[in-house]
Amino acid sequence: MTLETPLIGGPQPVAGREDRALDGVRVGVVTFPGSLDDRDAVRAVRLAGGSATQLWHGDHDLQGVDAVIIPGGFSYGDYLRAGAISRFAPLMEQITAAASGGADALPVLGVCNGFQVLTEAHLLPGSMIKNNSLHFICRDQRLRVENAGTSWTSDYADGEEIVIPLKNQDGQFVADNRTLDELEGEGRVVFRYVDGNPNGSRRDIAGISNSAGNVVGLMPHPEHAVEAGFGPDSSARGAVEVRGGTDGLGIFTSVLKKLVG
Amino acid sequence: MTAGTTSRAFNIDTVANAEATPGQALPWAELGLKENEYRRVEEILGRRPTGAELAMYSVMWSEHCSYKSSKVHLRQFGEKVTDAMKKHLLVGIGENAGVVDIGDGWAVTFKVESHNHPSFVEPYQGAATGVGGIVRDIISMGARPVAVMDPLRFGAIDHPDTARLVHGIVAGIGGYGNSLGLPNVGGEVVFDAVYQGNPLVNALAVGVLRHEDIRLANASGAGNRVVLFGARTGGDGIGGASVLASESFDSSKPSKRPAVQVGDPFAEKVLIECCLELFKASVVEGIQDLGAAGISCATSELASNGDGGMHVELTNVLLRDPSLTPGEILMSESQERMMAVVTPANVEAFEAIMDKWAVEYSWLGEVTDTGRLIIEWDGEKIVDVDPRTVAHEGPVYERPYHRPEWLDGVQADAFTASAAAERPADLREAVLELMASPNMCAKNWVTDQFDRYVQGNTALAMPDDAGVVRVDEETGLGVAISTDANGRYSYLDPYEGARLALAEAYRNVATSGAEPLAVTDCLNFGSPEDPEVMWQFAETVRGLADACQELGVPVTGGNVSLYNQTGGVAIHPTPVVGVLGVFDDVARRTPSGWREDGQAIYLLGTTADELDGSEWANLRGHLGGQPPALDLAAEKTLAAILVNCSRDGMIDGAHDLSEGGLAAGLSEMALRFGVGARIGLDELCERDGVDAFTALFSESQARAVVSVPRSEEVRFNDMCTARNFPTIRIGVVDTENQALDVQGYFTLPLDRLREAHEGTLPRHFG
Repeated sequence: MTLETPLIGGPQPVAGREDRALDGVRVGVVTFPGSLDDRDAVRAVRLAGGSATQLWHGDHDLQGVDAVIIPGGFSYGDYLRAGAISRFAPLMEQITAAASGGADALPVLGVCNGFQVLTEAHLLPGSMIKNNSLHFICRDQRLRVENAGTSWTSDYADGEEIVIPLKNQDGQFVADNRTLDELEGEGRVVFRYVDGNPNGSRRDIAGISNSAGNVVGLMPHPEHAVEAGFGPDSSARGAVEVRGGTDGLGIFTSVLKKLVG
Repeated sequence: MTAGTTSRAFNIDTVANAEATPGQALPWAELGLKENEYRRVEEILGRRPTGAELAMYSVMWSEHCSYKSSKVHLRQFGEKVTDAMKKHLLVGIGENAGVVDIGDGWAVTFKVESHNHPSFVEPYQGAATGVGGIVRDIISMGARPVAVMDPLRFGAIDHPDTARLVHGIVAGIGGYGNSLGLPNVGGEVVFDAVYQGNPLVNALAVGVLRHEDIRLANASGAGNRVVLFGARTGGDGIGGASVLASESFDSSKPSKRPAVQVGDPFAEKVLIECCLELFKASVVEGIQDLGAAGISCATSELASNGDGGMHVELTNVLLRDPSLTPGEILMSESQERMMAVVTPANVEAFEAIMDKWAVEYSWLGEVTDTGRLIIEWDGEKIVDVDPRTVAHEGPVYERPYHRPEWLDGVQADAFTASAAAERPADLREAVLELMASPNMCAKNWVTDQFDRYVQGNTALAMPDDAGVVRVDEETGLGVAISTDANGRYSYLDPYEGARLALAEAYRNVATSGAEPLAVTDCLNFGSPEDPEVMWQFAETVRGLADACQELGVPVTGGNVSLYNQTGGVAIHPTPVVGVLGVFDDVARRTPSGWREDGQAIYLLGTTADELDGSEWANLRGHLGGQPPALDLAAEKTLAAILVNCSRDGMIDGAHDLSEGGLAAGLSEMALRFGVGARIGLDELCERDGVDAFTALFSESQARAVVSVPRSEEVRFNDMCTARNFPTIRIGVVDTENQALDVQGYFTLPLDRLREAHEGTLPRHFG
């Protein structure tokens, strides 16, 4: 079943983009009943030049997509623990199997609640607990790309800084020290908070990958920094127009470029 | 799917029983009915009501549902609407929410409501379900909700109970709204001791739809099925439990019912998607949300808006608590429920959509053409009424009112004449004090707990003058919304206060660059049984209706909240006014700050000595005199200038001046992007005949500050001259110097200003 979430208008692809080949890349965006940023993820894929396919949590078929995004939200309400129930969704079984096959396996990105789902599904280590402020936090957050070698970060440079929105209640990344050391040692810390740790995450970690680099999860929202006029007020690349920050677009162009080879 | 309930451990007061026992006493007084109202119910029915009927009449005839005290005044909103004002109105007052045409086949529905009392009792759930209720109103019109806003008023910032309310209410709004995926794009946070026992928690929601998708809730077509879906019905939100106790003969049933509803945002999120899919697939004739008065309201309103009849079997209602009595089921305000009317041919399609979203539903009965609302319990008739008498023909009161005698004294006590009015020697310290004060300080401690990004269409949000949301991604068509109120102005003069609230919201929307189009209001007052409060209410409605007519923007809907008083002391009259404006393209919205070095800073409008009711007077503990003078013709011209400037690219930043005057305006514009400015006040003081203090702190209306690129200065001045609107160049943007430099008076480093401005809320609540 293809989910037809009614979009308001149709997102415009990036004007004058050069690489028409990206058109053929199909990125699946998973919708759970409580997904919130799914339409934003669809828009981000299209703005990056790809095609988005909406996937329904209850389906058993990945529809042959080339990559998958698990967006933010509250999947099944998250009253138990964020992502705890979602990992058992029929579609998650397909995703988990397809993502676990080494460097050529299905690229999977989990944003916010999607990151929480990936940790619950054991595609990524660690877990998220309540922010140390105990409040929901919505703010523009500066991050450093620590590893530009993953499927989702190759359009950035190692050490490059970006500004994208952070918005969550349970965003504090925790793991035991051995896991943290392992993540650091293997270069699997993909994003780190800079200019202040917003939520108490261990070692300022904002996002990580699996060892193959095809599965990446992060708490901040790159899909909300892809379109000038509707993103953050700032960019790590210098002055931008009001709400002109598009530093998150690289996440989506990275995977598209990787997939067209 | 049916509940399959049969026998219950209590006796049922049937219609037959009511006829057989005319003398049986019923607890109508405990349910809030007055004796004349109860006698009227008996007269309508020609017998005593059953317990279930009494439950229905008592909630539907309550002030909250029937508007019995306010109705006679509210009619003015309809009467004062001209044909020109109706031009953009697709659905007016009276439906779940008004609908406005914004062009290209798009329509917008928006409404503000109160959830004041529940939020005081249980701040988190009260505020959360306030968001939930207004969002369901939007959904039932066939619209997709796209934004929310929350105008909030609390007691004194340092009162021990304020932190409880602030933490609970802010978390509740965030917890619910964030989970629904609705960007929160604005609102207000005000602290004033008058709201200590009566915080105001108003919630506004905006929805978007195509013209052809507008749906009105009514039950037409005899034989059509009536279905209840969403969350199960529980014992939450039942007001007066006494009647129910009298029906109950089983001591084992829970005795205490919480009067505040408990929200489940996930259930509501699913309900949004599910209702939109129902509408899209055209499998429902109409959807009615269940809010206040629950099933009583939904059945009687649906029936009386349609063919006039409905037959319901109440035991089919799915329950969370099987011990609920019929009266309790009828009165329950359990959240996240909807009622729909479905043709027999669409039943299967309806059930398929419910199953897809895993939403529970139960078929309650059907639409009839009998003109009667019949509710049965296991086949025994417990309600047999004309639904119009429940929903629309409740009591209407012409409550006595008179102008308070104390008002003359208050109005005579002008700030400038008072001892508190001594001009501060140090204007720099005065600006810092103002910008750190509870009402003027930065509100990001609150707004950072709300998601402003979700849906990806937010073009402006806090702290800009209005929230701006894109509607059509291809054209950039969008809307701006702002809510405003000033209880202090309304206390000094309720007629003018209401007009000032509208003027400010209208000005805010225009400052963002949008053309103001329509109005929603939430009128928060004390007890209507107090003739002085009733006078404040009457004056407010008259003022607001007059000003709407003068500005050419109609009221499309809203809400009245009365009895906001504790121990005989009422809150300030607080009409919260929301204005909706339209953008042909949100890309041209104007932010509330300057950024480009060397741009000229202009002040539009003139400044008089108007400190009565001002924030500065508030800081000196003074409330007296007359609110600032209002010239709606000037407001209209100013708005036209600001919209044209945005359209023609003549300005890069704009901020309206209101509470806190020029001092607040300049500070906020500098802090918006962290860019300083050099300001000169001498020419302004000379032109308007005011001193520097008055220039900075007066709250004269119809003013805005704009930053103009050098290349546009001639064009900008020409336009203002052509419209005969006073404007004066007061400074220049200065990116070198990180300071607000008011030449000849003070230099205020932005770091210092930011520290003062942003430190207040974290210090009290962080």
